[in-house]
Amino acid sequence: MRALLATCLLAASLVSQDTIRIGAKRFTESAVLAELMAQTIEAHTELTVEVKTGLGGTMICWGALTTGELDIYAEYTGTGWATILGQTDKVTDPLRTFFEVRRRFRDEHDAHWLEPFGLNNGYALVMREKTAEELGVRRISDLVRHQRDLQVGFGNEFGSRIDGYRGLAVAYGLDFANLTTVEHALAYEAIEAGSIDLMDAYSTDGKLLRFELRVLEDDRQFFPPYNAAPVVRGETLRKHPGIETALAKLAFQVSDLDAQALNYIVDAEGISPADAATAFLEIEGLIEGTSASAAAARRAYVRVRKSPPIPGSAVASRPGFLELLSTEYGRVWQLLLQHVGLTLAAVLLAILIAVPSGIAIVSRRRLRHWLLGFAGLLQTIPSLALLAFLIPFFGLNAWTAIAALFLYALLPILRNTYTGISGVTPDLVDAARGMGMRPQEVLLHVQLPLAMPTIMAGIRTATVIGIGVATLAAYIGAGGLGVLIFDGISLTDTNLILLGAMPAAALAVATDMLLGRLEAKMRSPGVS
Amino acid sequence: MIEFRSVRKTFADASGKETVALHGLDLRIEPGVVHCLIGTSGCGKTTSLRLVNRLEQPTSGQVLVDGEDVRTADVIELRRRIGYVIQSGGLFPHLTVAKNVGVLCELEGHGAKDVKERVDTLLELVNLSPSKFAARYPKELSGGQRQRIGIARALALDPNYLLMDEPFGALDPLTRGELLSELQSLFSSLGKTVLLVTHDLNEAFALGNRVSLMHEGHLIQTGSREDLMQSPATEFVANFVKTVRRGVN
Ligand SMILES: Nc1ncnc2c1ncn2[C@@H]1O[C@H](COP(=O)(O)OP(=O)(O)OP(=O)(O)O)[C@@H](O)[C@H]1O
Ligand SMILES: [Mg+2]
Repeated sequence: MRALLATCLLAASLVSQDTIRIGAKRFTESAVLAELMAQTIEAHTELTVEVKTGLGGTMICWGALTTGELDIYAEYTGTGWATILGQTDKVTDPLRTFFEVRRRFRDEHDAHWLEPFGLNNGYALVMREKTAEELGVRRISDLVRHQRDLQVGFGNEFGSRIDGYRGLAVAYGLDFANLTTVEHALAYEAIEAGSIDLMDAYSTDGKLLRFELRVLEDDRQFFPPYNAAPVVRGETLRKHPGIETALAKLAFQVSDLDAQALNYIVDAEGISPADAATAFLEIEGLIEGTSASAAAARRAYVRVRKSPPIPGSAVASRPGFLELLSTEYGRVWQLLLQHVGLTLAAVLLAILIAVPSGIAIVSRRRLRHWLLGFAGLLQTIPSLALLAFLIPFFGLNAWTAIAALFLYALLPILRNTYTGISGVTPDLVDAARGMGMRPQEVLLHVQLPLAMPTIMAGIRTATVIGIGVATLAAYIGAGGLGVLIFDGISLTDTNLILLGAMPAAALAVATDMLLGRLEAKMRSPGVS
Repeated sequence: MIEFRSVRKTFADASGKETVALHGLDLRIEPGVVHCLIGTSGCGKTTSLRLVNRLEQPTSGQVLVDGEDVRTADVIELRRRIGYVIQSGGLFPHLTVAKNVGVLCELEGHGAKDVKERVDTLLELVNLSPSKFAARYPKELSGGQRQRIGIARALALDPNYLLMDEPFGALDPLTRGELLSELQSLFSSLGKTVLLVTHDLNEAFALGNRVSLMHEGHLIQTGSREDLMQSPATEFVANFVKTVRRGVN
């Protein structure tokens, strides 16, 4: 009996330890899909799920999945094909692409694509509904007849990509007479105002509902498919086969229009991705019950799904900068503190390591070449790549961010310590040694004080750089002011971007001044 | 007593080429004597000095201080009983005059009050008013004042020996003369054993009881003023001392 009880307890503790970690990239749809998967798994298995949203893109998510930091995230077939598998040949057929991607991920990475959600979030060309109706344009090939008189505005990236306009022009024989580049954040307003007639968009963008727009049919199947599906780590799937059964309930349940509506209520109406997912699952009967907390989300979803919102209404309701500041200052303050904490921890660690190393390399030439070379090399690694590289060691948390900031801070401090110490007049070191100072006394009383202004300048550089780079901590869910900046970018909300960018800039300027003062204070009046 | 026994010193430059700085130097510095090393530039004077407080090590031969080979001595303890004054003064620019002079006393663990008393005594010894100079930084001093502080600092732990490398090197003739006479009285009142480098024979004769003339790493002659003037050992010595007769008149 007791043995049985013990076994039960053990089993219970094992189950509770088994937390499935689901990741989401830093945009609304990815977060909603993560919540859909999480809530479905929790409703239909005994597993507990933790959702990590706001991760900085494919490299971070996929890297975290392969190293076991994540168990599941939603990926798009086109991204899997081109970005992760690195394939350059063109794919068009959605099903064949899905099967090919699924086979190769399984064989090469032991990562498993479950059945797709249904939605395809690829490139699309859109026109104002009225203009499209007048000109009789339904399909992309209809555009050829009007390519002389249409005002076309493409985003920078779409305009120059081979799987964007450059390839499209060849496939359809298009050559627009009036083609301009439009900042993606402004394109919807521009087409609404009539300054452009045709633009590129993502096919499940919630903003498509905000304006009266027609998505043109890609009748020659030029655009590669971007069908979303859950990708699960092989190890996780073998340990918990229930995940596959649970997620099968979501297969082909989320259409493009469903996704547009879900994205819309999150982006424009301030509903959380979790509530939006709950509302959707309840309405579709995929989970039982009607929770009170998701009531507002349910109403919003039903309303948007039935009759698209009045054009322009949501844009007007977006809060201004001051309003945003007055409601969000608590959060801004908290993120600012987080930002300072990350930078401070990294710089202090770097001082602890780089100052003694800088001293050690003064008299060791080989070590010096090696260490300065290494620190210089670290500096050339792009920050996102460095973050992705560090995730397997520290996980998706502040430690990875601190480690990356630490590595960037090493070079300025190391180099300045070395230059400062070796720049002390040899006569003075000679005098100090000759009068009978021990090596550590020479260091403490002569070399370090004289090198201090240079060392402080290195610390100052490292800190100011660190404050800039720390915005990227948001990419791995480690917080900081980058959260506001990147949320602002993905929602194309300039005020939100400013809410993060202004304190970050102010912090950098203030820190620079403060450390400058400190530097002047630490400088002996005898040296100027 | 300081004693050089067949001290040979060579340096290898970056390309590995050897320079001989000293070809087997034999020399004794008797206790209480002010002994001047003199000679043309590059003849090995500074090197000889630095061998005494082990800033350099002999390639072969021995240097003895108080009868003990400096190689077996505790180098910190050795250096602290040998005062060292270099040409530029070597004052620490980030420290005040008082700190420069008192730093060794502090490192020896003397109390703040003792250190201050000692610093004041030393400043008065080199004719600088403590109230006026203690708080200054080296950049606020004249060349002569800097040199005096350098000497005061070398005397901080009351060493038996004093090594001085061209203490008047960078000074104008007037200041030079003034400091010279001050040093003369300082040496006679303190009774230290002094090894002093100069390349001015007038100075050497004015300060030193004994003078050693060196040339290209060789010791040519050691003796008193009379020895060198009246019985020069070689033609080189005879030519060298001619400058004195001219200088004196
Ligand atoms: N660290 C060193 N490395 C290589 N060669 C050296 C070094 N120190 C001294 N020498 C060489 O040893 C010889 C003696 O130098 P030293 O400094 O003792 O001359 P000096 O008599 O003091 O000359 P000066 O009157 O110009 O100061 C010179 O040829 C010098 O180039
Ligand atoms: Mg010299």
